[in-house]
Amino acid sequence: MKKIMMGDEAVARGAYEYGITFAAAYPGTPSTEIIENIAKYKEIYSEWAPNEKVAVEAAIGASIAGARSLAAMKHVGLNVAADPLFTFAYTGVNGGCVIVTADDPGMHSSQNEQDNRYYAKFAKIPMLEPSDSQECKDFVGYALDISEKYDTPVLLRLTTRVSHGKGVVELGERQNVEMKPYKKDIPKYVMVPANAQKRHVVVEERLKALRQLSEEISINRIEWNDREIGIITSGISYLYVKEVFGDEVSILKLGMTYPLPSELIKKFAEGVKKLYVVEELEPYIEEHVKSLGIKVIGKEILPIVGELNPGIIRKAIKGEELEHISVDTKVPGRPPMLCAGCPHRGVFYVLKKKRVPVLGDIGCYTLGAAPPLEAIDTCVCMGASVSGSHGFQKANEHKGRKQKTFSVIGDSTFFHSGITGLINIVYNKGNAVPIILDNRITAMTGHQHNPGTGKTLMGEEAPEIDIAKLSEAIGVKRVRVVDPFNLKEVENAVDEAVNTDDTMVIIAKGPCALIPPKPQGECRIDQDKCKKCGLCLRLGCPAISKKDGIFSIDPDQCTGCTVCMQVCPFDAIEKVR
Amino acid sequence: MQEVKSILMVGVGGQGTILASNVLAEGLLKNGYDVKMSEVHGMSQRGGSVNTQIRFGEKVYSPVIEVGAADVIVAFEKMEAVRWLNYLKKDGVVIVNTVEIPPLSVLISKEEYPKNLIEEISKSVKTIAVDADKIAESLGNIKAQNIVLLGVLVKYLGLQGIDWEEVIKNNVPQKFVELNTNAFRKGLEVI
Ligand SMILES: Cc1ncc(C[n+]2csc(CCOP(=O)(O)OP(=O)(O)O)c2C)c(N)n1
Ligand code: SF4
Ligand code: SF4
Repeated sequence: MKKIMMGDEAVARGAYEYGITFAAAYPGTPSTEIIENIAKYKEIYSEWAPNEKVAVEAAIGASIAGARSLAAMKHVGLNVAADPLFTFAYTGVNGGCVIVTADDPGMHSSQNEQDNRYYAKFAKIPMLEPSDSQECKDFVGYALDISEKYDTPVLLRLTTRVSHGKGVVELGERQNVEMKPYKKDIPKYVMVPANAQKRHVVVEERLKALRQLSEEISINRIEWNDREIGIITSGISYLYVKEVFGDEVSILKLGMTYPLPSELIKKFAEGVKKLYVVEELEPYIEEHVKSLGIKVIGKEILPIVGELNPGIIRKAIKGEELEHISVDTKVPGRPPMLCAGCPHRGVFYVLKKKRVPVLGDIGCYTLGAAPPLEAIDTCVCMGASVSGSHGFQKANEHKGRKQKTFSVIGDSTFFHSGITGLINIVYNKGNAVPIILDNRITAMTGHQHNPGTGKTLMGEEAPEIDIAKLSEAIGVKRVRVVDPFNLKEVENAVDEAVNTDDTMVIIAKGPCALIPPKPQGECRIDQDKCKKCGLCLRLGCPAISKKDGIFSIDPDQCTGCTVCMQVCPFDAIEKVR
Repeated sequence: MQEVKSILMVGVGGQGTILASNVLAEGLLKNGYDVKMSEVHGMSQRGGSVNTQIRFGEKVYSPVIEVGAADVIVAFEKMEAVRWLNYLKKDGVVIVNTVEIPPLSVLISKEEYPKNLIEEISKSVKTIAVDADKIAESLGNIKAQNIVLLGVLVKYLGLQGIDWEEVIKNNVPQKFVELNTNAFRKGLEVI
């Protein structure tokens, strides 16, 4: 049977067909749909991990137990999981293990566009790079075979257009793969120096064998056509090259991009007159080709920044551009914004009013940096708010600058990597104030459950980790749980925090407006009372607008959260529903 | 079979571009076309600009449409049509929903919603303006505007031979099948 599948969905299908038993992930665009789709197959045990390191470590455990396992994450997630990854290369596997990294060239939803192919080389782990949905499924099979045959984890690298691109996939049956027996093997699995020193030798021997495999494996293949131009390419770039050139040029398509097949590359280079490498982001393949002493054109004509597309390649190599329409009309931008009724809005309104530094984090609440709220000072990586606010506060204090520092962090992000930052504040006697924006869900990535929501990935009930009790247990002196829709309550807590030297945490607990039961209220502006001061507009609520001098609230969008009502100094806004 | 066609659907998060493109792709697949699609998730529910790209033909490579390569742009919102217009082929067509969704900068009167957009667009390219929101509203639910637009597109592409109503049935919840089927039929009548 044929089905149109997203790349992520096809990876999930591959996990099903090739007998994976255990899968774990932390959400992250564009990788999230992998495990969301795996969860539909009840034959596979799957779970959300609190972060990527835990997901990979759990997959390692399952593999050592003898099961085929998988962990999935976005590119920056692999940074978090890098520690286990590097040593997993030494221990090797028992059941086959695939680690999926979904990179985001162009940064559609990311804070950087790092090229994770270097992780394969760095950690000495083989890497496969599918180009389309069919390959996404098939390559899970190749990866598991390689993993078990060569006793190594395997990295599967997708990019946004592969993950979220859709194509036709031929479905197959699930292979019934038995768990391998588990045998205690201390020299292999206990990486103390004496054992690790021996395992590194094994890794180098394994790499020799993998280099040979890369020369022979069918997914590294030459398409001989006209020999005037030869292009080496992989992943989504292969499809763009085919789009532009069809069968006009010769192509070396690399499905396995670590280790790279040096002999095959040499043979290809000798067979063509002019050689190009077409790859997105870094000159990863290009550097290797050049190290073989081969002349090749790559990044001098193709961008290192952002995504490629057929148009860029056409222009760079053929010097041609498609004709297109152009209009002079300029239209305003349409950036994403916090929803009407979002629980984050009121907290930002108060923080802005207080003019305190607010170290930010990653989630929907990063949108609090956008106008008109502009309430956040930084965004680096998940967890960096709480830990960063501590450094910000301590450095200031040490040099006699007195200013209370705040941080904002979502519930999912707090579980991911905020807790250690909080422990640090308590341990090192800091008093920067984390505000945990507990909207009861992982909203940004599409509303996934997390350790605080009481539900698992597979839909079972689970204990809700209590952030207030956790903070108390860590030793935070003042823990205040406030309703983010009650501005007075939020303001009182912030004032209290400004005026105390005790450690303090504020938990703003109110559900995301998009999770059921969706709030069904409505506020309205009384035109007789409205003095047109414009204060309500400073909330940046998409339900409130000013048109031809009149302020009004769109009843279809308004949730009746009453935040604007509390901001209006003239009592012109009333709750009607 | 014909050469590869490229359809670009653009709109605002929450307008249903993804459902419309899923229905289109499934119908095409069932009728023997190779299909590739591309969409970008993540920010879509937060009112940002969204796009879905569908390409179909005998053999399709790239899931992404380049500047100057779209045969049709289906714009679910007027301003979005203009934003993406450079993706259109010189002889391409724009199917545009006449609906206006102001971005935040317009809501707070920092910028103005540009005037006469449809006139502007139709000066340089063949334009089919559709009151899809009003048609959907008259059927009882504005949300079905996406399927009205799909109907217009299907008619324009001459693909009425495919059993779209079956595909719609497979893709929407039971209680919305009738609404969407009617929306689709209304869409077919527009041109
Ligand atoms: C290491 C890492 N993993 C995953 C992501 C993707 N990501 C961005 S925000 C976010 C979750 C935010 O959830 P939460 O903290 O609850 O805030 P909300 O969006 O609900 O406001 C995730 C998973 C990332 N940016 N970095
Ligand atoms: S999805 Fe939820 S958390 Fe995100 S902006 Fe909307 S209401 Fe706020
Ligand atoms: S009550 Fe006010 S702030 Fe809340 S959603 Fe409605 S208009 Fe927006």
